[in-house]
Amino acid sequence: MTRLALLLMTIALPVQAGEIWVTNEKDDTVSVIDVDTLEVVKTYPTGERPRGVTFSRDFSRLYICASDSDTVQVMDPNTGEILHDLPSGEDPEQFVLAPDDRHLFIANEDDAVTTVVDTQTRQVVAQINVGIEPEGMAVSPDGKIAITTSETTNMAHWIDTATNTLFANTLVDSRPRHAEFTADGTKLWVSSEIGGTITVFNVADQAEAGKVRFEITGVSADLVQPVGFKFNPEGTKAFVALGPSNHVAVVDMASLAVEKYILVGRRVWHMAFSPDNSKLFTTNGVSGDVTVIDVASEEAIKSIKVGRFPWGAAMRPTKSN
Amino acid sequence: MTRHDTMTALCAAVLFCTCAQVQAQAAQIDIPILYLRAEVDQPPVLSNLDPVPEDLGLAGAEVALKDNQTTGGFLGHNYTLTVVSVEPGGDLAAAARDALGTAPFVLVDGTAADVLTVADLPEATGKLIFNVASGDASLRSENCRANVLHTVPEEAARTDALMQVLQAKQWRNLAMIVGPKPADQAFAEALRRSATKFGLTIGGEKAWTFDTDLRDSTMAEVPRFTQDLPDHDVLLVADATDDFGRYILHNTWLPRPVAGTHGLHAEGWASVIEAWGAVQLQNRFEDHAERDMRGRDYAAWLAIRAVGEAVTRQNSADPMALRAYLLSDAFQQDGFKGRALTFRQWNGQMRQPIAVVNDRALVTMAPVEGFLHQRNETDSLGLDQPESQCTAFEG
Repeated sequence: MTRLALLLMTIALPVQAGEIWVTNEKDDTVSVIDVDTLEVVKTYPTGERPRGVTFSRDFSRLYICASDSDTVQVMDPNTGEILHDLPSGEDPEQFVLAPDDRHLFIANEDDAVTTVVDTQTRQVVAQINVGIEPEGMAVSPDGKIAITTSETTNMAHWIDTATNTLFANTLVDSRPRHAEFTADGTKLWVSSEIGGTITVFNVADQAEAGKVRFEITGVSADLVQPVGFKFNPEGTKAFVALGPSNHVAVVDMASLAVEKYILVGRRVWHMAFSPDNSKLFTTNGVSGDVTVIDVASEEAIKSIKVGRFPWGAAMRPTKSN
Repeated sequence: MTRHDTMTALCAAVLFCTCAQVQAQAAQIDIPILYLRAEVDQPPVLSNLDPVPEDLGLAGAEVALKDNQTTGGFLGHNYTLTVVSVEPGGDLAAAARDALGTAPFVLVDGTAADVLTVADLPEATGKLIFNVASGDASLRSENCRANVLHTVPEEAARTDALMQVLQAKQWRNLAMIVGPKPADQAFAEALRRSATKFGLTIGGEKAWTFDTDLRDSTMAEVPRFTQDLPDHDVLLVADATDDFGRYILHNTWLPRPVAGTHGLHAEGWASVIEAWGAVQLQNRFEDHAERDMRGRDYAAWLAIRAVGEAVTRQNSADPMALRAYLLSDAFQQDGFKGRALTFRQWNGQMRQPIAVVNDRALVTMAPVEGFLHQRNETDSLGLDQPESQCTAFEG
């Protein structure tokens, strides 16, 4: 009886409509996926080699790293119009918007610097020398710490955002690609693509708190390559894209043990949740599609064809019809 | 808080973190690396289109040095590179003896004999030598040395990669043209060995004997030269010095693809590799050297990056400690080829994917899917443990 009531309630709840915006690195476009119909509803042109992508706090602006155009583009997501470009430093790959909704921290992959840009004044505030091939970017929930990971130097660089200077550099396994703070700000996770691990740090003292390791039956260990990942809103599970192993791992955040591997498309990169967090959308670079994962059952339910080499993903809630 | 107080607090914070993070920062570590090159007189070749770059190999070492220095800057590790280049016919042993006194890490850019000359010097005991140029099989087998690691793939690994691709495409009937130089003969032998290993047949061979400048008459001469070869799927060419091979393509009697040293060829590195972050390395290299990165550049880059990776992880510049780490399961190198690179523990060869390419595109990265191995699929390329006569790495 209770169960039935719960089920009815779930059905009765209005599903929040939304879109997943995916950058197509080899097509110079963004594809817009409707999370209800699971169809591509729009495709907009961008600058060259779009990769990192994120929305402003109120979802009125889409920021796009146009790597080969050496700029961050600002798009009106209602029209697809490029409003203006932001100075970004050379070859911007990934970035993170600070909690102040104003400052972008940008990894300049070819330049070994992190660029801080004020999106209001459209000025570069600072450039910080980091290791070779900076890529992963994260900012702590309180905005006090920004992280850049460098792929060839194999470090997480800890930036004091008050001074825009480095205050720590911590080694991780080979080729770090992505970094995220936990929602409570106490832990930092960094994925290492070639090392095949995720290193978890205590933010308070930058000490290593643990490592996540992956093993998929029938897949050569050196092809299990963690790249992008996302935490569920409850902070209990992490979903980790494992690159050319074509799987997403579900990791228990408390024990750091892998609970499940979900088969997705080829060379899975990054991901975004639907507005109600019931679905997870992964970009699959080689197969040129997006896999939709049902979060409750942890099963892949659909593949959606997008452009060539989809890379980044960002969510925007929209009004229900 | 006054500005002064803020500054003091910040300095304290920085100091605290530095100490807590990496104790090694207290002491600076110097890592002197030597690039020892035995220069060769390049033989005359028919075409002047593609001269061998003067800084072949060395440019890769210089890019890796910069990569290491950036990382070292955060850790107090100071990498330096000294270049000693010995003229053709010069006294390599004497030059090496002098230079080894100050550099525990040595890249040797020379022949197999040059590598052994350096490795067997008394001064080389306890040093770590990297072979960055010679694909000679014996250096990985009966002539292996405990103090020599190889970052350049052996010739057999390249020919194995090529044969895996031909086998996967079911182009199994081959014919071959072999040049007159010792290097051509050695490459032809590697091709024969790999063909046997992967079940392909070389049904006929011809020696290249032309001694005229064929450039104006290739369309007349090469079809006739290839007409009496038995029918084949692919024509192999063994022309290691890039003398005549380029004139075989599209001049054959039968309409057949060419492979080996020309046409479809297998390399440790090629400018057409784009995936796996390779574009970043290609860009860094092109900015530095103003040319494409080649296999020897990559081998030298790998050697210095391997030293850097070991120093970073071990916080030591002791060559024997680093050798033990490099040969351990803990070591893994990102080489922009999609898999972690490691060293084979039985002969010191770096285990690495091989790019099978044409001049404009990557065909595939070997090991090709389906070629399995009980230890590591990459060990399907080159001399495997049971085939190697090397004993210097035992114990």
